[in-house]
Amino acid sequence: MEEPLRIIGDGVGQPDWAPPVELTEKDLVAMYRSLVILRTFDERAVSLQRQGRLGTYALYWGEEATHAGPLHACNDSDWLFPTYRQNSIGVLRGVKAATILAWWRGYGGAHGFYQVREHRVAPICVPIATHLPHAVGLSWAAKKRGDGICALTWLGDGATSEGDFHEAMNFASVYKTPTVLFCVNNQWAISTHVSRQTATPTLVEKCVAYAMPGLRVDGFDVLACWKATKEALDRARAGDGPTFIEAVCYRIGAHGTADDPRLYRDEAESERYRALEPLGRYRAYLQRLGALDDDQASDIHDEAKALIAAAVAEMEALDFPGVEILFDYVYASGRPDPLTEGLDELRSIERRPEVKPLGPQPGASPGDADPLPEGA
Amino acid sequence: MPRLNMVEGLNLALDQAMAQDDRVLVMGEDVARTGGVFRVTAGLLDKYGEERVIDTPLSEAGIVGAAIGMALYGLLPVVEIQFDTFVYPAFEQIVVHAARYAWRTRGEVPASIVIRIPFGGGVRAPELHSDSPEALFVHVPGLKVVCPTTPALARDLLLAAISHPDPVIFMEPKRIYRTGRDEVPEKAPLLLPEADGEATQLLSRARVARPGEDLVMFSYGSTVVSCCEAAQKLQDERGVSARVVDLVSLYPLDVESITGAASECGRAIVVHEAPRTAGLGAEVSSLIHERVMLDLEAPVGRVTGFDVPFPQFANEDDYIPSIDRIAAGAVKVLDF
Repeated sequence: MEEPLRIIGDGVGQPDWAPPVELTEKDLVAMYRSLVILRTFDERAVSLQRQGRLGTYALYWGEEATHAGPLHACNDSDWLFPTYRQNSIGVLRGVKAATILAWWRGYGGAHGFYQVREHRVAPICVPIATHLPHAVGLSWAAKKRGDGICALTWLGDGATSEGDFHEAMNFASVYKTPTVLFCVNNQWAISTHVSRQTATPTLVEKCVAYAMPGLRVDGFDVLACWKATKEALDRARAGDGPTFIEAVCYRIGAHGTADDPRLYRDEAESERYRALEPLGRYRAYLQRLGALDDDQASDIHDEAKALIAAAVAEMEALDFPGVEILFDYVYASGRPDPLTEGLDELRSIERRPEVKPLGPQPGASPGDADPLPEGA
Repeated sequence: MPRLNMVEGLNLALDQAMAQDDRVLVMGEDVARTGGVFRVTAGLLDKYGEERVIDTPLSEAGIVGAAIGMALYGLLPVVEIQFDTFVYPAFEQIVVHAARYAWRTRGEVPASIVIRIPFGGGVRAPELHSDSPEALFVHVPGLKVVCPTTPALARDLLLAAISHPDPVIFMEPKRIYRTGRDEVPEKAPLLLPEADGEATQLLSRARVARPGEDLVMFSYGSTVVSCCEAAQKLQDERGVSARVVDLVSLYPLDVESITGAASECGRAIVVHEAPRTAGLGAEVSSLIHERVMLDLEAPVGRVTGFDVPFPQFANEDDYIPSIDRIAAGAVKVLDF
């Protein structure tokens, strides 16, 4: 099996390679900033969930390179199709972090859903692999219009077992749509190891059946993720169709805040992978390159903390949603009678005194209410 | 004015929509080169080319999923599901995405797609080519579900569905695809893309298929034709004047027309080919009992398919509500 593409060394045994020539020092730092924002969001979201201020949350600690690398390879007009694992990717496209947090808080409507066309970010997809045909369809439409716009979509290792994955791969390759399917192989689908998803040694070899080019990269290496995606997008924009990328990494954290990985895997393994996590590794690389000094790094971390702290405050200041939210926009053409009747029925019954399902846990000491995440 | 059958009416609608608006495209299995197994899309490939009339792989989730992506980009795809049962692989795409896109984007991006499904039995088709799955879709919030019964209505409804922002499940009763001809005015009743309001109206209205005052039969699709024949039989044999109301819109139901007709006639039955339990008949019957029970002379009756798999075609005439079964169901209500 060929080693995945790697650019960033570990500072010990593995060598550093030069950053891709297309990237300026400013680009390199911008990518660092994105990693920090994603990490800060994720750690904060986990702590908010622990305090009962968010519902179940799907964390991505350690997978940030697979989010930021591909995103930075895109043009601003390209469309992104995230799963719940890339839930905060919109923040890097101008979506309010408060909106994503509110979605995890169980809020809908304007509180929890963002405007997709404004940001070119499709709604966060919860079912597995079902968004892949959408990415294919959208980029196919863009190709028909000659707009030079591509779609980048993420999937996990488990998604390669779903029918929609294969249907999307097939459509993309038959019609040569400008689509990049970026597969984050973190080796675990909740408790199921990738070896139980597929009998193939790699995921990238799936693309052979679709006559689609495939690339395999180190998913902890933001520059490798960038480079593979850039190559795929260049090919797509040139009219040469889709690419499948397998980014090999490891789900260092749990599947979600309701999951306990100790039940099904040896956490010592997870700890070994923790040493490879992309943020620290990239910072060390940039410092070896002389592209990032401590002051700059510390400014970036401060900025991210402030951004997310403001988002948390904004989320918590949102009005508790009213009953109308159940019925709004179910149909773009207006409410059919049964919806109007449902709303009337709800309005006719006095609402119980507002019980916010989520808030600081009873008995929590004031000091617990707003801790800053570790290491952010 | 040309006299068209339903297939030709549908074809005219697609042709007119594609001519009016270059965002409209047609996609499905065998729709381009052969013009569809029922020929509904015949001739469109030559006129509009393969970028807009697309033969797809055998991949219903892929077809509907790609159509959703196209709609997200601003196109107006009309997809054909070749036969009723072939829609099941696309069910997840329809339920979790097509139906929820408007809600999930606060109305910014409804999945403006039309999913055409030839459905129902009576054409001596092989196993799994004759289901009536409409109630499954009626139960999914976010979808509109319609079913035309005449060639002219088929043309008008399909145009309305295409110009409507919400996803429309367009049920085509294949048994009456070619059995009747209508005069279909060539002038399209509405123009893309400004027809939203008008289309919404058209997509939510029931119609009277046969006047009458002693009893009303509610139905949709090919059993509307059977109801009309049963009504004639009742007229001939018992002097009963039976009205037939074609629901046309299965979601939302035209509640006013339904309850109005039930009140006026005082006796009603609901007829459909789909299995009975939790079918449209249950919903129509409940609506009537909830709203106008005191105007009724008898409880609402149902004549439907059975809660069994659609049979092999040797027995399909036993399964599909026949004129005699419908008439018998009506007599039960009349004699209550």
